[in-house]
Amino acid sequence: MSAANTITYREAMREAIREALRRDDRVFLMGEDVGAYGGCFAVSLGLLEEFGPERVRDTPLSEAAFVGAGIGAALGGMRPIVEIMTVNFSLLALDQILNNAATLLHMSGGQLNVPLVIRMTTGAGRQLAAQHSHSLEGWYAHIPGLRILAPATVEDARGMLWPALEDPDPVLIFEHGSLYGVSGQPGPGQVDITSAALRRSGKDVTLIAYGGTTGKALAAADVLSAEGTEADVVDLRVLRPLDDATIMESVGRTHRAVIVDEGWRSGGLSAEIGIRIAEQAFYQLDAPIQRVCTAEVPIPYARHLEEAALPQVPSIVAAAREAVAS
Amino acid sequence: MNERAEFVMPSLGADMESGTVAEWLVKPGDRIRRGDVVAVIDTDKAMIEVESFHTGTVESLLVGTGRRVPVGTALAVITGAPPAAEPVSPEAVSPEAVPASPEKRAARPRRLPSAPGAPHAPAPVASPLVRHLAEQRGVDIARLRGTGPQGRVTRADVEHAEPAPEARVSPLARGLAARLGVDLAGVHGTGRGGAIRAQDVREAAERGAGPPPPEAVEEAARPPAEPAGARAVPGADQERRREAMRQAIARAMARSKREIPHYYLSTTVDLTRALAWLRERNHDLPVSRRLLPAALLLKAAARAAAEVPRLNGFWVDDAFVPGEAVHLGVAISLRGGGLIAPALHDAARLELEDLMAALKDLVARARAGRLRGAEMTEATITVTNLGDQGVEAVHGVIYPPQVALVGFGKIVDRPWAVDGLLGVRPLVTCTLAADHRATDGYTGGRFLGILGRLLDRPETL
Repeated sequence: MSAANTITYREAMREAIREALRRDDRVFLMGEDVGAYGGCFAVSLGLLEEFGPERVRDTPLSEAAFVGAGIGAALGGMRPIVEIMTVNFSLLALDQILNNAATLLHMSGGQLNVPLVIRMTTGAGRQLAAQHSHSLEGWYAHIPGLRILAPATVEDARGMLWPALEDPDPVLIFEHGSLYGVSGQPGPGQVDITSAALRRSGKDVTLIAYGGTTGKALAAADVLSAEGTEADVVDLRVLRPLDDATIMESVGRTHRAVIVDEGWRSGGLSAEIGIRIAEQAFYQLDAPIQRVCTAEVPIPYARHLEEAALPQVPSIVAAAREAVAS
Repeated sequence: MNERAEFVMPSLGADMESGTVAEWLVKPGDRIRRGDVVAVIDTDKAMIEVESFHTGTVESLLVGTGRRVPVGTALAVITGAPPAAEPVSPEAVSPEAVPASPEKRAARPRRLPSAPGAPHAPAPVASPLVRHLAEQRGVDIARLRGTGPQGRVTRADVEHAEPAPEARVSPLARGLAARLGVDLAGVHGTGRGGAIRAQDVREAAERGAGPPPPEAVEEAARPPAEPAGARAVPGADQERRREAMRQAIARAMARSKREIPHYYLSTTVDLTRALAWLRERNHDLPVSRRLLPAALLLKAAARAAAEVPRLNGFWVDDAFVPGEAVHLGVAISLRGGGLIAPALHDAARLELEDLMAALKDLVARARAGRLRGAEMTEATITVTNLGDQGVEAVHGVIYPPQVALVGFGKIVDRPWAVDGLLGVRPLVTCTLAADHRATDGYTGGRFLGILGRLLDRPETL
């Protein structure tokens, strides 16, 4: 891969926003510090200068207010991109997201759709402690009326935003904080926002991951391959609605499944995927389903504790070995 | 290790004293597993396929086909039978399968002497009910110390025993084994805790360790040209068989009337709702799977028996032994005369459509003479339905050692008062003949009451 045509995940996201702002006058970006500061994670760096304060808007420190304003703008015919600093803070806007954005279409009998895109950072691994590090995308994946995306690659970071803006209903994009510095090929600039992707093919075990754990699952697959175990790696990409077909196709070939989720285990996305496999592919299973999730604690600040709490390559490898052995 | 075990002429009914080996389905040198059908026995009533209690190799066949020998006679020697793998030897069990009248039992050796030179491995004695319970709970009777009379293994012994760890088989492996015809009992599991995985099944299939499924054995053993229904003994034998069956029925029924103080109850049930429901249900079913009223009646009887367990079981040694499940004996009249009452296993838990299919299968096999030994001995309560003959009520004779017999008459349209209005309704007379040693009229009345209520709410069946 030549450095010439690779960009970082952060640049890919910025390029996607830039493209959207250029293509459609109705698109604008708003959020805390997205303008003058260039975004807390520097995603929107330079966009204020390029597009002006009408279209790149700094907001007051009130998630409920600016997400609500985004919903209003969407109802009024705009195509807002709302950035929330982290998923933890999105809880302040949960009322707007669940009770308005996800619900208005249904409560208005189909008259009021909300073409809103909300981007936010999720996940741990950067010593930002418990109030900035959780993975709550599984909570949002519980809510009917939302589409939940988790780009894990530079190509998806570059290509998911435009189709999300074209979706007539609210779409939430979860960007794992550890990915912003990752480099890769941006691809042609547009991808589908409906399906999971097979990132690696193997016949022995299926590793199911998304967002920040996809890279760890791929690294685990490398380790396993050296041991003679070939893993399928499924990158979910879309957390709601889940692409059952891709999951079941893979499990139907490997007969073993390991689900990797940076969310907590109890009542989480991994539980949902596990039960779907049990419902739809029970007779294909040759071993109990394994899960690798975050320890059920608030994410610790101390580096060694934070590392111990999260799914890591060795724990994924161990779970895969268990699935293959049991 | 060269354990030897005998395969003996089993007792397949209260009335059976001897039998004839009609056909051997194994030959010396064959590997067999516990539960494999090894021979077809011509009792006086029917041709019964009999399963082995042992796993091992057939060393020799002691009795050729066509010879009539008493119950308990050794028919074959099986070697290499690991003692732990065979909880109960048939010689210990068969006399118990259906207790003969006391004088008969005294005349018959309780246990046969072991084959010459064979080490005498005492097998624990247990009633079939206890054995059944042990199987259900995964308890190996051979490991138990019986606390009953003469060291007999009792229900309590089994209930207090630690069950053997259940075999762990992955869903994929289970399906694969069924497709490849691999017997999971012979597969070595390599997963955690000995779990059997798909790979283990594939290897077993490649080694050929798995015997073909019992159906395949049957098919192979059956002369190809012979139509399924033509198993009945041809020609002059027919007459002899008819006579012998008459004698067998005579013995069982005489014993029943001699030993069992019957009491009889009767009730009339309005089937308006049941038949309407059945019509509705059949509307959506293909002709081949339509339900007959008999299926409803049988299911209701089985469910009622499950709710009144005192009527579901056996009177053995002056005490009532409850059945572990409702194995519903179904009286089937045979072409050319005679009667047989094989069991529909666990009928209370069968879905109606499954019960209908099982009933069809049972009747077809009974008439073709292809019943299994277990079906002949395990019925816990019997139902007789003489409605086809136009009979309105049947007061039956209990099949010992069972303690109850349920009778259904013809479904007839009759004037019937409902809510103070007279109308024409389809009615059926349900009767109960029950053993007064085991229950009193109150229990029997409760049974008929539940039966009536179930038939009035067919959607719950």
